[in-house]
Amino acid sequence: MSGRTNGTPKDIKMFKFKMLTAVAAMFMLSACADQAAVPAGGATAVAPGSIADFRQNVGDRVFFDTDQSSLRPDARTTLTRQAEWLKRYGNYQITVEGHADERGTREYNLALGDRRATAVRQFLVAQGVPAARLKTISYGKERPEVVGSDDGSWSRNRRGVSALQ
Amino acid sequence: MPRPTSRFRFLVAACAVAATSVFGIAPARAQLTIDMTRPNFEPVPIAIADFAGSDRVGAEIAQIIRNNLQNSGLFRVIPPAAVIEKNVNANAVPRHADWRGIGASGLVVGQVTATPGGIKVDFRLWDVVVGQQATGLSLNTQSAQWRRVAHIFSDAIYKRVTGEEGYFDTRVAYVSETGPLNRRVKRIALMDQDGANNRYLTDGAGLALTPRFSPTLQEIVYMGYAEGPPRVYLQNVESNRRELLGNFPGMSFAPRFSPDGTKVAMSLSQDGNSSLYEMNVRGRSQRRLTNSPGIDTSPSYSADGTQIVFNSDRGGTQQLYVMGSGGGGEKRISFGDGRYATPVWSPRGDFIAFTKIAGGQFGIGVMRPDGSGERMLASGFLVEGPTWAPNGRVLMFFRQQPNAAGRAGAVSLHAIDITGRFERQVPTPTDASDPAWSPLIPQ
Repeated sequence: MSGRTNGTPKDIKMFKFKMLTAVAAMFMLSACADQAAVPAGGATAVAPGSIADFRQNVGDRVFFDTDQSSLRPDARTTLTRQAEWLKRYGNYQITVEGHADERGTREYNLALGDRRATAVRQFLVAQGVPAARLKTISYGKERPEVVGSDDGSWSRNRRGVSALQ
Repeated sequence: MPRPTSRFRFLVAACAVAATSVFGIAPARAQLTIDMTRPNFEPVPIAIADFAGSDRVGAEIAQIIRNNLQNSGLFRVIPPAAVIEKNVNANAVPRHADWRGIGASGLVVGQVTATPGGIKVDFRLWDVVVGQQATGLSLNTQSAQWRRVAHIFSDAIYKRVTGEEGYFDTRVAYVSETGPLNRRVKRIALMDQDGANNRYLTDGAGLALTPRFSPTLQEIVYMGYAEGPPRVYLQNVESNRRELLGNFPGMSFAPRFSPDGTKVAMSLSQDGNSSLYEMNVRGRSQRRLTNSPGIDTSPSYSADGTQIVFNSDRGGTQQLYVMGSGGGGEKRISFGDGRYATPVWSPRGDFIAFTKIAGGQFGIGVMRPDGSGERMLASGFLVEGPTWAPNGRVLMFFRQQPNAAGRAGAVSLHAIDITGRFERQVPTPTDASDPAWSPLIPQ
């Protein structure tokens, strides 16, 4: 490998954190459902089935290990949730963006981002999302989410994002 | 100024080369010659007088030649202030001893003369050590082409002193970068190798990456995010007319022209797998070159067009492979620690330059086409994407500083000679990455 640190302890911590988020999201979903029954909804509520709902309550992205495109367990959990939501709300087209961190060369990272986007797409299709709704695009290392040259930034930039239209 | 790429022909190109030997005299002074492949060469001290006959253009031509030669690392330009005579008669034999007295081995003089069609510019390089004219050239051209004249003269001086072809009458295409890192505008830009005549070939609406020249410099190929999946485009640099190079369902990227300009090798992705294809530029026929489950990308033809070096992770990590240009016979050539990427075959055929990622650092290096003789020239947090000057003795690449506190680190172009001894930043109006050095401009 590249001699980069993979930061395994940090990854585990992040994973735990994500699990907590997932629990919180489930709680919020039920809260939303309750609010839907009550006409005066809270100011922070998002409409079920909206893009904001997908982003906040399902999670629109998954993360990858360095130079890898295989889906980690936390990614599979997120994508299973995405598939359920996308099957329920069938009116969205999905563009899966594949991204890489800055620690590779431009052309190779375009191919790596493509591989990551394809891995996400194939998982969603296997979970029953119609293939015709899913496109992929690779941005390589050209569109980092986090601007920073450290392991924490890089781990958040190695991502697959399901963008809804 | 006219478009920098506009074709022009010299009406007259008379080369007046005098005796060039230094036989019989063995002065204990620096010679007007240099072997740049020797690691401990001394830069050649040279004086360049402002050209006579025109107030502005003559001085500007001299200054361009000074910059070119100084930037090569092979010359030590004696500052103009030390130059003895201000208006050196370009047709008279100089007083060699006087020039030796200020430490010069060579003296460049010249003059600009108005003609009905434009200007006539001539120059002479004097070897003041042996007291003889070393070379000279006279060019008739349009007035607006004086910068090119200065580059052509620089090439003539470089060739006479080093024995190598020059590389100053060339252009550089690169990716201009502006704006915050997570929303960067990336446009293809084109400039003379010294940074003059900078202009943009794409408007910045979509990302545009990895420009590469055709051998005639009339066209570039690059990867753009215009519409649909990102794909390879072919663009005329004069008319800016752009066309898709092949209509493939998936992403196409990493294009590069064959040395004769008739073909472009590139990567195509299908279902997440990137393979190499070759496309005929005019007939648009295509053929598949590789078929592995790994990422195959960054193809580069050998100078004679018979082989292609490329980057693949088929063996687990990114390494360099060489194959026949029709595909087949892939052979791994990189075996050091770390990952190898972006191989580029020297126009001379003697080296392959590459990016290497090892130990958390990036490096630019060269190796022989069989993988032997690996030598690193530059390293840093991120250095990437070498491109060869047409003489195969100088490389350009880009260097990025680390990003900190949400701010993008500066990214800039750098040139380095093949010994790795002399690196300098190449000035660009904006942040810049991914340079492509053109062949010599056809005269």
